[in-house]
Amino acid sequence: MESKEGNVPPVPCITLCRIGPVDPAIIDHLSNCITFTCGLNCNVCDQIDPPLYAFDENRRQYDSKKILKHLIGRRHPSLKFLAITQLDLFVPILKYVFGLAQVQGQCAIISTCRLRPEYYGRAPDPALFLERGEKTALHELGHSLGLTHCRDRRCIMHSATTIQDTDMKRPRFCPTCRELFRWQLAQCVPEAGEPGP
Amino acid sequence: MTRKPRILVVDDEAPMRESLNDWLKEDGYEVGLAANGQEGVEMAQKDEWEVILLDLKMPGMDGLETLKGIKEVSPDSEIIMMTAYATIDTAVQAMREGAFDYLVKPFDPDEIEIQIKKIISHKEVVLENLLLRKKLEERTQYDEIIGKSACMQEIFKLIDRVASTDSTVLITGESGTGKELIAQAIHGNSQRAYMPFIAVSCGALPDTLLESELFGYEKGAFSGAEHTKRGRFEMADGGTLFLDEIGDISLKTQVDLLRVLQQKEFNRLGGEIPIQVDVRILAATNRNLETAISEKRFRKDLYYRLNVISIHVPPLRERKEDIPLLAKAALHKSCMELNRETIPISPSAMKRLMDYDWPGNVRELENIMERALVIGRGDEITPEDLPFPSKSDQETSYPRSLKSMEKAHITRILDQMNWNISQAARELEIDRQTLYNKIEKYGIERG
Repeated sequence: MESKEGNVPPVPCITLCRIGPVDPAIIDHLSNCITFTCGLNCNVCDQIDPPLYAFDENRRQYDSKKILKHLIGRRHPSLKFLAITQLDLFVPILKYVFGLAQVQGQCAIISTCRLRPEYYGRAPDPALFLERGEKTALHELGHSLGLTHCRDRRCIMHSATTIQDTDMKRPRFCPTCRELFRWQLAQCVPEAGEPGP
Repeated sequence: MTRKPRILVVDDEAPMRESLNDWLKEDGYEVGLAANGQEGVEMAQKDEWEVILLDLKMPGMDGLETLKGIKEVSPDSEIIMMTAYATIDTAVQAMREGAFDYLVKPFDPDEIEIQIKKIISHKEVVLENLLLRKKLEERTQYDEIIGKSACMQEIFKLIDRVASTDSTVLITGESGTGKELIAQAIHGNSQRAYMPFIAVSCGALPDTLLESELFGYEKGAFSGAEHTKRGRFEMADGGTLFLDEIGDISLKTQVDLLRVLQQKEFNRLGGEIPIQVDVRILAATNRNLETAISEKRFRKDLYYRLNVISIHVPPLRERKEDIPLLAKAALHKSCMELNRETIPISPSAMKRLMDYDWPGNVRELENIMERALVIGRGDEITPEDLPFPSKSDQETSYPRSLKSMEKAHITRILDQMNWNISQAARELEIDRQTLYNKIEKYGIERG
């Protein structure tokens, strides 16, 4: 995973990395939809062990900021590095987060813990779970490309503070965010394929 | 508020500061970070922050002290206190000290969003109120009266204050300044608004006719009185009677008027039964009544009865800042009357309007704008459409001889008064017959 050289330009691909065990179905789904949306290849790297350094005894949750800092500290050869975990994540000031990204940076992390309908006492719904994962992953990738929250409630870049917000969104960018997403991506990878809608 | 608010985070714990910073930046907010209370107050003094997220429990200068410090240097910033469960009491105390609200750490992600939206909408309401208040205070129109000058703003306020009373008001000012509009505004904003507003131009009527106009007459009161007629006082019962040109009435009519004002009753000419009326009196004059009193032409007691409240309308030359508004309004009115589209006034024409002294005041301005609209052919009012020269031209174009000067002056006054002979004669301070003689002598014709 780590590059031995200092300033090697990143490979124009996106790396997906599991932290702890993760449902393979979500990894496959994310890989496909990210390739479709970004027009870039997706690599799936080896699974990383659950980060005990980020575990908070009192909250029984993992500090997403600490994990993100750890990921940033490692050098990745790909353009973007998206970690996926089913651990419950938080930031110190908030009770939980669905994901966290380094704005206009390389790394982002999402948690599938609160994306499952079972978490809210509902019956399992695999399709809904995958759709929520897709929205959350693209949202964090948007941040990592420098996009901020969008006012359009149906846009992927709209802030999702509850699972209802996530469900309200459509699994795509609004026209403005789509243009911004494409433009930012083209700055990083001029030769990237034509991204999907 | 289209711009995202700037948010200052004051918290001694770096992880809290940083996670808030990340969270808010994802939302596109501009965020400032302060690691202690002192730094927070300094940043609040140096920059403008719409929202300040302030930790309650900090070493050194604690949240409450910091809150007071920030409120002193930046009273418009809204402060949200951040606290742990154990210190909610103190957070409530902070709200008493002026904090907007408090959040218990850690927050639900949507809590902070809701709080910020609440602040934005609160600030929008406050701003809207301020703008509305300002707009109300600086209104440029009161019913039909137009003016943004300080003196007109004072008059608007005065109308507001006197409208609700039944006090007699004496409105003074040169001819054409809009005294009747002031009277109408007072009536229109009073409790009598739905009752009649009756105006009598006292100066336009000979003495005997004025008496019968004001008080009415019984059948057979004089030769020609073939039926009983109600006077203006009776017509105005329950409403307002506006006595214009009050300075022109005879001493005999002054006595009759004084009686009505004192006793609230009068007799029709030839009548024996006193008639009681509930009428509010508004009077106006372009004359100096105090001079008239000293010259024994006006009764002092009537003056005091009329002058309970006085409103002086300044001439247009003393409130030139109102000319553009008035000119545009007059032009718009004329366009509407002539069923034409409103056209603009060119900057050079506006300068000429501003330079002119307007001896006939607003009435003259209205006449001139109507004339300019009728004779002008362009799609805007230009200096060529105005009948008077520019100030520099005026100084060199005055007639040299006294006769020519007199003819020009009479012509101008007649035009200003729309060829109302009585008004023009009063303005020229000559009698009507003398004016007729001069019109004939100089061969002045209506243009």
